[in-house]
This record gives sequence, C-alpha cells and structure tokens, in this order.
Amino acid sequence: MKRLLKLYMARPELAGIVLLVVLLGVFQFRSDGVFLNQQNIRGVMGLLPEMGLVAIGVTLLMICGEFDLSVGSVFALMPMTLAVAMNAGLPFLPAMLLGFLVCAAIGFVNGYVTIQFNIPSFITTLGMLFMARSLTVVISGGFPPLLSSDIPADLFTTYVGPGELFRLSFFWFLGIAILASWLLARTNFGNWIKAVGGFQEAAAANGIPVRRVKMICFILCSMLAGFAGMIQVFRLGSPLPSLGEGLELQAVAAAVIGGTALTGGIGTILGGIVGALLIRVIDNGLVLSQVDANWFKFAVGFLTIFAVVVNAGLIAVAKKIKVGS
Amino acid sequence: MTDTQTPLISCRGIEKWYSGVHALDQVSLDVNRGEAVGLVGDNGAGKSTLIKILSGAHAPDGGEIAIEGKPIRMRSTRDAMNLGIETIYQYNSMVPTMSIARNLFIGREPLKLQLGGFGIIDLKRMNQESIKALANVGLHLRSPEAPVGELSGGQRQGVAIARAMHFRSKIMILDEPTNHLSVKETNKVLGFVSGLKQQGVTSIFISHNIHHVFECCDRIVAMARGQIVLDKPKSATSMDAVLAVL
Repeated sequence: MKRLLKLYMARPELAGIVLLVVLLGVFQFRSDGVFLNQQNIRGVMGLLPEMGLVAIGVTLLMICGEFDLSVGSVFALMPMTLAVAMNAGLPFLPAMLLGFLVCAAIGFVNGYVTIQFNIPSFITTLGMLFMARSLTVVISGGFPPLLSSDIPADLFTTYVGPGELFRLSFFWFLGIAILASWLLARTNFGNWIKAVGGFQEAAAANGIPVRRVKMICFILCSMLAGFAGMIQVFRLGSPLPSLGEGLELQAVAAAVIGGTALTGGIGTILGGIVGALLIRVIDNGLVLSQVDANWFKFAVGFLTIFAVVVNAGLIAVAKKIKVGS
Repeated sequence: MTDTQTPLISCRGIEKWYSGVHALDQVSLDVNRGEAVGLVGDNGAGKSTLIKILSGAHAPDGGEIAIEGKPIRMRSTRDAMNLGIETIYQYNSMVPTMSIARNLFIGREPLKLQLGGFGIIDLKRMNQESIKALANVGLHLRSPEAPVGELSGGQRQGVAIARAMHFRSKIMILDEPTNHLSVKETNKVLGFVSGLKQQGVTSIFISHNIHHVFECCDRIVAMARGQIVLDKPKSATSMDAVLAVL
C-alpha cells in the first residue's frame, strides 16, 4: 500500500490530474450543472485535439531536453501551405504531403541549427517563430485564401459516438497519443529520448546517437503542430494567417502543468494531455461560470506555477516515504 | 590460454595534440589478459586523454591500437563497446531520472521485436537480467525499477560496474571512479574493483590517489607530461618511487 502510494505520488502528472478533478467539480458547481452536460463536453472535446496534439509534440521534445517556440507559427503555416498549393491546382494528397514536408523541414532546421552551432533551442525556435509566421502571411498574400472543397474535412470534423459526443479528430488525437505514450515507455527509442534529456553526457557515453534522437524529436514536434493546425482549419473552414498565435506558450504551459521538467528527462505524454485538457477546461469553465473571460490567461499562468510547486512538494513527500525491502 | 603472448590491448606510439598542446607524446602501453593496471599521474599528465582514446570518445592523431593483435580503429564509444571496451567515468555514466534496469541496458535494451535497430523493449527480461547482473557484483538493491537518483554515489558506480560485467567486456576502464565519494563509499568501489580481478576481468584503474591504486592493482603505470615515466609490477616498486617520478 505504502509502496503504491509512493509510486503514484512520484508520478509527474499527478498534480495535474488532481487539479483537473478539482476544477471539474468547481466548474460543475459554479455553472449550475451546465459544465458537464453533454452539449458542453462535446464542445470542449471538439477543441481538445488541436491543442492536445501540439502539447504531445512539445512534451516529447521537452523530455528530450529541447524546446520549441515555433509550434504556433507552424500550426498556421502547414494549413496555409496546403490551401495555397490546392488553389494552385495541386490535388489534396500531394498538397498535404507538401504541407507536412514544410513542417519536417522546419523541424530539421530547428534541430540542425541548435545542435550544429550549439545554441539553446529557445533561441533557434524563437527565430523560427517569427520566420514561419512571416512565411505564412507572405504565401497567403495577406488575405485568407479560400479552402478548396476537395478536402476530406469529414474525416476530422464529423461527430460520432454515443450522443454524437466526439468529433472524429478526437480519435486521431487519441491514436497519436497512445502511439506516443507507447513510443516513450516501451521502445528503445523512448528510452533514448529520456536518457538524452536526463543526462546527455551519460547517454552519449553509452553509445546513444544523441544528435539523431534530438533531430527526430524536433521533426516530430513540428509535424504534430502542423497536423493540429490542419485539423483546426478543417473545422473552421478557412486558413487564417494569424492562427495559433500564443499557442506555443500554452503548449509549454500544458507540458509543464502535466509535470514535464524544463530541464528534460522527466515527463509523460499523459501529463501533457492533462495539461492541455486543463487549459481547455479553464477556458470553457470561466465562461460558463460567468467570469470575465479576460481572466483566462491569469488562470493559466497561475495554474502553471501552482502545478509545478505542488508537484515538487509531492515528489519530496514521496521520497520521504520509507518502503521496507 | 593459448595466446598469453599477445597482449589483450596494445597501444603503439599514440600521439594527441590539443590546440598546440602535446597531450600524448609517443605513448605505448600493453595490457595483458587478467591484469589489473593502475594508471596514475597528476592532473594534465595525459591519463584522461589516453583513456578517452581507448574508450573511443576521441581519435588519436597518430599511433596504432590493437586488440588481441588485430589493429582497430574506433570512431565512437559505441565502436569501443562493440569491441569489448567498457568505460566507467568519474562523472557517472548513469541517467539519474531513469530506473536502475533502464540504466543497465541503456543503448543496448533487450528487444522483443525490432526493425532497423528500433524496437520494443522486453521489460520482463530486462528486469530479470538486471537483478542477476547486480547480484553478480554483490550489489543487492531493493528493486531494479527504483530511479538511479535515489542511489548513493558508490552504489551508482556499482551499477556501472555491473553493467560492464553483464556485457562481458574484455577490458574495463575505470576513470577515477572514486572521485567525490566518501571514505566508506570509496572502500565499497575499491571492493568492486578487487572483485573484478577475481572474476578474471582485465582492468585499467585510473586515479590520482596512489593509495587506491596500490590497494587493488597489480601493475603500476605512471604518466607525466604526456609520457609514460614508470611501468612496473606492484611488487617491484613502491609508493615513494612512484611519487618521485610524477
């Protein structure tokens, strides 16, 4: 029993999960039961995949010890590339591939510059944030292009399930989340990601290809951000050049609320998702509780700091629990 | 026991320059099977450079290395590991946030299914083999799933030694494994090193503490200014003689 307690208290995502449960209760009470009704759950779950996918990528990259601030811009650039390419006459599949290629290229440049010139990824990706955003506006020509009607938006936006509770995008998100968790926990590559972020010198000394592991994480992070942006554009029906502004910091906040360490090595995909869900829940719950919506950012900011403090406390307590051998 | 004449590892005329500094000047060293060589020298004497070359972390600027008589060229620490050279570093080659079992098999995880070097870890086998590997060096820990960060410095070095033993290395290089350890922990690590000899593992033990080296090695090699200045069996020399040449 004690051992189980210790095990769970040391889990990095615990604080986030507890906060989530508490907030669900508070909002349910404050909104007179509207919060957890079917219609509202449907609304929250319909938006979660977009932010959740970005959070998965950012969490993965942060566990490997790096950072990506360009995800918000890539989020807009991928669907913009897709729309512009389709308007230029390309069919959907090649246009989508082109979009993902652009994402992969950005991830590659982020990783290559960071590793080759040994500069913090904070700087590299901060630069990329501006560059990718600018590219988005330039290729759009300043106006949101029309989205071709040949896109299979139904594959993402259709409501399914009991009471039409979920959009299909939720299942894409769920699938990718399970795959990413599995990658991190059960494969040798996941082991290398945690090792590189946990203590890079030791990882290198044990023959782990540190550069390659980091490059792959940068590229995965960018592609997931692009995929999330595509889903949002399919939902909205129009690729705005300003999509995803501020999303990069929300994604970092989600990862951190979920227990991912800024220094790398510690974190789980589940934690990142819990963090993303928390942010969505606050956004929605504040409105339903008739609180001025401008308090949203305050709440997210407070939660970020609070979650980290609680987490540190929990881990310290868990360490003190003595387990007999 | 057929090739007792051929040294297990043999270096001939190793040269290394670091931005104008002659770090290694024509260093030649043979280590025979089953020997426990103690490598001593002051800071900057070149012992760390020599070890970095032997462990594949750096490439020499000149000279040759042969293992069991066969000339070899190492491009990475991975190459060295594949040739049977394991190195235990002073700064600890463990990831503190990961479990003992995951650390033991880091980079060499037992896989259930694999494709092009990428695969699913066989967690059950990894845990079972971890317990065995730890018991082999006389280390009895609560659970192989506990994070390495909860272990003491001496225990961590024990895990590192267990790892090297498990992968049946031909030669184990211990680069100042007793640095930053308390007296009690140091004794524990010296115990591990003495245990290696009984199990027939060849080792090179680097330290700037002459007492440690005399305690668990049977041949003393001293370096100064990038050269080997003394190379004698322990019985044929003394601490004073070694200190005199450093």
